[in-house]
Amino acid sequence: MEVSLTVNGRNVSSDVEPRTLLVHLLREDLDLTGTHVGCESGYCGACTVHLDGKPVKSCTMLAVQAEGADITTIEGLANGELHAVQEGFWERHGLQCGYCTPGMIMSAAGMLAENDSPSEGEIKHGIEGNLCRCTGYHNIVKAIEYAAAKMRGDEPAEPEWEVSS
Amino acid sequence: MTDTIPTGKAVTRDALRQVGRPLVRTDAVGKAVGKTMYVGDHVMQGMLHARVLRSPIASARLTRLDVSKARALDRVACVLTADDLERPLIAVDIPGQTGRARLETDQQVLVRDRVRYHGEPLALIAAETVEIAEEAMRLIEFDLEPIPGVYNPEDALQPGAPIVQGTDNVVAAQKIVKGDIEKGFREADRIIENTFQTQFVEHAFLEPEVGLGWVDENNIINLRASTQVIENFRFIADAIGVPHNRVRVRASLVGGGFGGKEDVTMECYIALLVKHTGRPIRLEFTREDSLMGHGKRHPFTMTYRTGVKADGTITALEVRLIADAGAYVFLSPYVLLYAAIAAPGPYRVDNLLIDGRAVATNNMYTSAFRGFGAAQAAVAYEQQMDEIAMELGIDRIELRRRNYLRSGDTISSNYPIESAVWTEECVDRAWAALGEPTEATGHLRIGRGVAAYQQSYGRITYLHDTSQAWVGVEIDGSVTVRSGVTDIGAGQVSALGQIAAEVLGVDLDDVAIYNSDSAVTPLAGTTTATRALYMTGNAVKVAAEALRGRLIERAAKSLGVASDGIDIADGTVFAIDDPGISMPFHELVKLSAADGIHCSELAIFRAPFSDGLDPETGEGQVHPDYVFGAHAIEVAVDVETGEVSILKSVAAHDVGRAINPTAVEGQIEGGAAQGQGFALSEEMIYEEGRLITPSFSEYLIPTSMDVPKVESIILESGTGLGPFGAKGIGEPALTPVAPAIANAVTDAIGVRVKELPITPEKIVAALHAEPT
Repeated sequence: MEVSLTVNGRNVSSDVEPRTLLVHLLREDLDLTGTHVGCESGYCGACTVHLDGKPVKSCTMLAVQAEGADITTIEGLANGELHAVQEGFWERHGLQCGYCTPGMIMSAAGMLAENDSPSEGEIKHGIEGNLCRCTGYHNIVKAIEYAAAKMRGDEPAEPEWEVSS
Repeated sequence: MTDTIPTGKAVTRDALRQVGRPLVRTDAVGKAVGKTMYVGDHVMQGMLHARVLRSPIASARLTRLDVSKARALDRVACVLTADDLERPLIAVDIPGQTGRARLETDQQVLVRDRVRYHGEPLALIAAETVEIAEEAMRLIEFDLEPIPGVYNPEDALQPGAPIVQGTDNVVAAQKIVKGDIEKGFREADRIIENTFQTQFVEHAFLEPEVGLGWVDENNIINLRASTQVIENFRFIADAIGVPHNRVRVRASLVGGGFGGKEDVTMECYIALLVKHTGRPIRLEFTREDSLMGHGKRHPFTMTYRTGVKADGTITALEVRLIADAGAYVFLSPYVLLYAAIAAPGPYRVDNLLIDGRAVATNNMYTSAFRGFGAAQAAVAYEQQMDEIAMELGIDRIELRRRNYLRSGDTISSNYPIESAVWTEECVDRAWAALGEPTEATGHLRIGRGVAAYQQSYGRITYLHDTSQAWVGVEIDGSVTVRSGVTDIGAGQVSALGQIAAEVLGVDLDDVAIYNSDSAVTPLAGTTTATRALYMTGNAVKVAAEALRGRLIERAAKSLGVASDGIDIADGTVFAIDDPGISMPFHELVKLSAADGIHCSELAIFRAPFSDGLDPETGEGQVHPDYVFGAHAIEVAVDVETGEVSILKSVAAHDVGRAINPTAVEGQIEGGAAQGQGFALSEEMIYEEGRLITPSFSEYLIPTSMDVPKVESIILESGTGLGPFGAKGIGEPALTPVAPAIANAVTDAIGVRVKELPITPEKIVAALHAEPT
């Protein structure tokens, strides 16, 4: 089946099988491997992308369901310079193995587009559908707080350190 | 080539410029923009896709396996069964660099006759697409005749039990005897006995196992695999019947491991299919494959019988450990050893008897997982300390203080600790940092718990561990590090760059690292056992220091200053007493190269070597050294629903030296979350050996909504055996968390659930069993 959609601002068409998942269209046909597959059942969120600006799990959608949609993947999030959330993950050590990171960033970016002053609880709720096994989410929350501050034009809070001899 | 033996003393220059700074890791940007290539992102022209057919039941005889329809399916390239294999077995022991004899632990690659666990592979399929491979898999016909299995270690030890492995299902036994246990119990005023249990736990790394294999122009089988251990190339080569130098493994880049990518899994299947088809093969486990396809954390039953004086002094400890090894041996003997060594915890016990057994069952096999037996022991010894405190009416912290192991004391195996033991400092600081207690309201009860620990870093010393690294400078002054170390997400590679930058006086950005290639980067050993920084960090440091020495000698000639009066910083070589006398680092490299000075260095670092333990007493050195620290927790327990919320979480660890405090903090926070899952929600459930939690909807790892803020108190005694006095933090971050939570829950509700995970159902049941 032919499916036509916009991916990262580019019009693309692809011949897919009806059962092809959106994530496989992105990864295999369009070589956008930043979107990861972690469970293929919607629990882990590693495959999160934006569909018409909203975070969706691309492993729970068929490619043909995205007909005509505007898809943004992690590769398309930076617009010349890093998106504030990407900068936050970089600045606040919001990643370790990095496998969950693209999905986490897409969920966070989607959340911040709706609300640029989320509370800590709102941030945690916003990424509840994205599992991470390395970080304990602590610095992911910090990274999103950093991004929210940047997007509002505020100075992000400095990280806290305690190293004693 | 530099050849060193460790002295046990870290050499630290006065001012560290790169080490100890909370630097952004070298891999952060690529991961944040989606450019980083993980193993699963690599594809090849003409590649086939593979699938693994697994047994749907746990204990059976395979009486018929007919793959003819699958083979006949269009665009199926290859279907392999046990009958097609030249060699039926693959070794699953710790890979050694020294060629030491292995334990008898070989596992069948594919089932020939007997199925021993649910998910054991029956056949491998390679086809032009994943969908065709799956269709072929469905066309394979087989008959399994169920045979009686055994599904818990207690049953497996009974006379007449079905035999899974060996002659009596005991796959390993470990005894440790110290002092006079009878005398110790005679001296006790009280004897306190409890039995604690842990469960099967899954690593749940976010990247399921994946690999790509192909034959290159030199007829070498290449594998790019998500593994922690590229040195498994030896086992893979043995299993497929080629010399060791004909298999090359790279592990770039890996999406988490935690011990679950330590054993060989998909690599052997890929190598076999590559060998049989001559074509590139890609095999990506589904999440269900992953949950069925690698070993779990061992469930332990741990019975502690402790003799104490009225003042709380421990006079004797008898520990019985039984671990469920599952259907194959894998690393069970070592996990059992770690549990036995750690069994007394960070406490001085002069009269000790530890008797441990790892027992085969028809459950999923168990193997390495962060904490490696020592984490299970901590669940028991720290709950036991709280039970003793309660029985004696002594404050929990005070009871611990009266028994802490101190530097110079001997551990369970009667071997002395030489590095700093800052358990007391860590416990006191973590406990104090909990601050004012939260007020109980409504159905909520508030409780607090603490747990201290002793966790090794570095591999077992009688395995004679080594690590190599190569450091070179280029003509433009940039620095190259080559080392086989695999980065599984903790920043292993970035830390090596920091160490090289520190020693050579350049910026982290000036260092490029080539790593994780079993053929072309010097072998560095496994990324396991909290050893990567300790071992490979030392190797990089030794190599960089040798290189630095040669370069400074050359600088002395040019600058007219004695070698010991020269330093390098920020890319400038200068006289310490008169920094105006200087030259750019890259100029020095050019001069050195022109003079034919060797501008690179290959170093090997050897951990302390020992000869093994006394077979009767278990006496002797087991590990290079240990990490000490503590975790403190405050919880709220809803006594109506049994729900536990973690309100406060404070970690204090003496990491020796925090090479990159950001990375240390990350390990601590990640360990806190994994420890929380271990304590409260995670359990791989097997019914008659059959996995009934085959997805993340049944197997519940903590989400962002479950975890609290974690306060990390990072202490630096500077006494570790690693570079700049570092110890390690990978495993220690996890070890004390679950017992601290268990103790906090008990403190809250006044009754102890002795079996992890402490689920709401168990809490409610415990509250009803013990009316207040």
